[in-house]
Amino acid sequence: MTAQDVNRAGESSRTSLIYDPRVRSIFFQVLLILLLVFGIWWIVDNTIENLRRSNISTGFGFLRGRAGFDISVSLIPYSSDSTYGRAILVGLVNTLVVAVTGIITATILGFLVGVARLSRNWLLRQIATVYVEVFRNIPPLLVIFFWYLGVLSILPAPRDSIELPMGSYLNSRGFYFPRFIWEQGAWLVFAGFVVGLALTWFVARRARARQMATGQQFPVLWTGLGLIFGFPLLGFALAGFPLTLEFPVAGTFNLTGGVNVSPEFLSLYLALSFYTAAFIAEIVRAGILGVSGGQSEAAAALGLRPGKVLRLVIIPQALRIIIPPLTSQYLNLTKNSSLAVAIGYPDLYAIGGTILNQTGQAIEIVVIFMVIYLSISLLTSLFMNWFNARIALKER
Amino acid sequence: MKHTIAAILGIAALGFAASAASADTLDDVKAKGFIQCGVNTGLAGFSAPDDKGEWTGLDVDFCRAVAAAVFGDGSKVKFTPLSAKDRFTALQSGEIDILSRNTTWTVNRDTALGLNFAGVTYFDGQGFMINAAKLPGVNSALQLSGASVCVQAGTTTELNLADYFKANNLEYNPVVFEKIEEVNAAYDSGRCDAYTTDQSGLYAIRLTLASPADHVVLPEIISKEPLGPAVRQGDDKWFDIVKWTYFALLNAEELGITKANVEEMKNSANPEIKRILGTEAETKIGTDLGLANDWVVNIVKTTGNYGEIFENNVGAGSPLKISRGINALWTKGGLQYGMPIR
Amino acid sequence: MQEHDMSWVRTEMALAEAPPRTEAGAGAWIRKNLFATPVDAILTIFSALVVAWFLPQILNWSLFNAVWTGADRTACLTVDQGGSLPSGWSGACWAFVNAKFGQFMFGRYPIDERWRVILTAVIFVALLAPLLIPRVPYKRLNAILFFAVFPFIAYFLLVGGFFGLPYIETSLWGGLLVTLVISYVGIVVSLPLGIILALGRRSKMPIIKLICVIFIETVRGVPLVTVLFMASFMLPLFVPPGMTFDKFLRALVGVALFASAYMAEVVRGGLQAIPKGQYEGADSLGLGYWQKMGLIVMPQALKLVIPGIVNTFIGMFKDTTLVLIISMFDLLGIVKQHLSDANWATPQTAKSGLVFAAIVFWLFCFGMSRYSIYMERRLDTGHRR
Repeated sequence: MTAQDVNRAGESSRTSLIYDPRVRSIFFQVLLILLLVFGIWWIVDNTIENLRRSNISTGFGFLRGRAGFDISVSLIPYSSDSTYGRAILVGLVNTLVVAVTGIITATILGFLVGVARLSRNWLLRQIATVYVEVFRNIPPLLVIFFWYLGVLSILPAPRDSIELPMGSYLNSRGFYFPRFIWEQGAWLVFAGFVVGLALTWFVARRARARQMATGQQFPVLWTGLGLIFGFPLLGFALAGFPLTLEFPVAGTFNLTGGVNVSPEFLSLYLALSFYTAAFIAEIVRAGILGVSGGQSEAAAALGLRPGKVLRLVIIPQALRIIIPPLTSQYLNLTKNSSLAVAIGYPDLYAIGGTILNQTGQAIEIVVIFMVIYLSISLLTSLFMNWFNARIALKER
Repeated sequence: MKHTIAAILGIAALGFAASAASADTLDDVKAKGFIQCGVNTGLAGFSAPDDKGEWTGLDVDFCRAVAAAVFGDGSKVKFTPLSAKDRFTALQSGEIDILSRNTTWTVNRDTALGLNFAGVTYFDGQGFMINAAKLPGVNSALQLSGASVCVQAGTTTELNLADYFKANNLEYNPVVFEKIEEVNAAYDSGRCDAYTTDQSGLYAIRLTLASPADHVVLPEIISKEPLGPAVRQGDDKWFDIVKWTYFALLNAEELGITKANVEEMKNSANPEIKRILGTEAETKIGTDLGLANDWVVNIVKTTGNYGEIFENNVGAGSPLKISRGINALWTKGGLQYGMPIR
Repeated sequence: MQEHDMSWVRTEMALAEAPPRTEAGAGAWIRKNLFATPVDAILTIFSALVVAWFLPQILNWSLFNAVWTGADRTACLTVDQGGSLPSGWSGACWAFVNAKFGQFMFGRYPIDERWRVILTAVIFVALLAPLLIPRVPYKRLNAILFFAVFPFIAYFLLVGGFFGLPYIETSLWGGLLVTLVISYVGIVVSLPLGIILALGRRSKMPIIKLICVIFIETVRGVPLVTVLFMASFMLPLFVPPGMTFDKFLRALVGVALFASAYMAEVVRGGLQAIPKGQYEGADSLGLGYWQKMGLIVMPQALKLVIPGIVNTFIGMFKDTTLVLIISMFDLLGIVKQHLSDANWATPQTAKSGLVFAAIVFWLFCFGMSRYSIYMERRLDTGHRR
């Protein structure tokens, strides 16, 4: 104490002011580290002891073992002979599939509802408001159950399937539609698509250059659509229509052939889309309202039509407000896809759970969960941050 | 409150707690005054809560028997309903003391999962159930090609199913759920064509369906499913108690000791009965196990012998009406063989 | 022009002319709000068709065709299914909800002891209502009672084991009781914890900052299911053998930690919005760190983020449903459990039970969000232009 006092007295008052809090800060941080290290050591020690006591092996070697169970939905080749590691990969792909399709649908639906909430049309506005207020205030799990137990599970049995147009069917085993089987020469269609895409890009460049130079506009959208769809069609015709459709037909138990979308996926996809769309709608609405009224008035004064005002003036500015909260909604949707386990859709979490049960590797599985979900979150954030930076207001 | 305080103290004292705890399940159980027993969330005949919330069933009665052996009181047991997925973690982590949840004894579980199976309280085999009213003409599992099959996640059933269809070159579509109630509901609503689990389970589940008479269990048995209670590895004393409770139940049946006559049997002159019931002079069997010498008397008084447990829960005295079959005593052509208590 | 008598001045107000016929009345309102442009007209007709298609169906199902009373499933079955209702009938089976209502509210809490839950609920409302109404005085005392004293009262009442009240295991709890208990604890724990984490994240001490960042980002990056899974299955592995936690307590810990990470980010948003001058002003007055935060920064920051805080509460309230994945029965869990009751298995049971649960959740969440809007308006003390 006395030594410190002497020290203090010896130094200028300015350094003593900075000096004191710094010591305190270091003291607290060291204390925290000690506590943390001790806590972690305690946990690790206990865990090792517990695992040793119950004779559980540790490490990720189990991932190379034969899984032995089948998975109903898999986009990558998988059989019961595949490894646990591959099973986790199947789960990850399934999670991503439902997340990506859900995000796309939720975004489209959310934008529509968000714009509808600001519509001049009273009736439309009310419908949109009811939609948002209903879905925003109900737990997502309940929405999933509603679709699964309330709607899809009481559809008729495969024998009495509901027939839909274009050879599709709907029954209690899900949604069936024809499978496209490409034959020889199909590459021409793909080539046509690539050519169409390249030409569209070229046309768009030229059109822009012309507009900059002369002010004349060129209908890029329609030309582009024509090119992108026309060339593949041309290739399709040239190759002699190399496509057959495999229609679903009634088998002994299920419809066979065609593509089956399971009711578990449908419920999850519909529920996540509808639920998240309500939040996106509010974000879009806030974004549009956040663009000052003068902008749309000025745009109108320039003679732009309401549609163009929205597309060229309001939305680009609103996007800057919309993107950050939109990112967190995308992340929420991805994380909510883990609710799949409640209705038996084989997502990452569900398959991880099964593996945990077969192997008992609780800690390893949780580590895998953490790493994968964190990476998905991080990658989505990075992408959205990049996108955000691209459209952000360039202030000079 | 007790738990909260324990938690707070534990976190506050950090390292001190580590040395205070022991690895002796029997001491822990005696200290807390009851056995925590992991059971199925709802499988009629094995473990299901009745209308009053009381747990009943074969697996439940086994836990009561262990409680009777330890405390002389079969009610000193609490039940934790577990899904197939939760069960091993619950046992490993010490949340439960015994796992008595129609769990199949496999080498993987015995080794890699750190379990010790104490015996086989029910010899079972996996089968299939279909809705015969909707699928007339199907009378063999080999006709199930292309079917959707409902199965519970994380069970040996799920693995056997994959093996069976693969071995027979049949296509199928697994519909997998986490909890048995979800599988039941999905099967009942027509989400799948067939339901597969242990045959005893199929009979039990059939009772809970909307129209039980429509459903038939197919004849094929595709696997061996020895179901029994399990404990954690590394505690031989506790393992012995659970194991010998099981053998005591079998021996009691073999010797004709029942819930009704156990008191008079105490006066029996038969040395074997005397030894089991602890009435022999200078007996040490009970104390060697860490129990009272009249442990078998307590067990039989609480639950009856193995035969009685079987008949009351899954046999003739229950709605399931499952015959003893291979679960009969070895003396009657079955597989239940109680190791000698001496 | 000049001959006009300019001295005349009107002494009474001229009567207002009726607005032009095209601008007044229902017709004009309709024209303006529904048929302003051809596109509008199409949208209106389309929307009207949607409403005309759905609304009668919803009303018929939920009210006019619904079955309100009955002893078992036969009450809600059509003739073909073995009941007495005309075939082709479709309506809500509220009889199911009616029969299971006690279960939905209390779970398996013993019937003779349910008064304890009701009493707790009454105290809860009695403490909460004055706290929410701005005009009622003694806010500080009220808040202390609600946040500090009430938890103990609730604990003694609900768990029991003292003063002659029988001990009720948490495994018997269920239904709305569990939903509310988890939400309440989550809210009471997550707000202070979130504030501490937010302060830690903005702290100048690098290690504290790092730890807070890692915690917040990890928890926010993974689904709640994973956190609950850890709390439920891993926690027992982390502690010495023989030391066990109540399963309910584990779920509480999981939800509270999860919510506090989100709360921290909301509070951080508020802290960032406080102008630097406020911090510097506080420093120049010679206030210490905690005084500066407690007296100057936090009151302003928290006021700014009230909507965010309430949104986090709403999110957490909805997230309590996830405990059903770790085999606990909150409102949704218990409804779902009873859906598989063979006595009530009808095609309408699932829909009815889930709609009931949805209505309950909706009422709570909608109420919270409306209250947050109301408070936002009240507290808006002219920060806007």
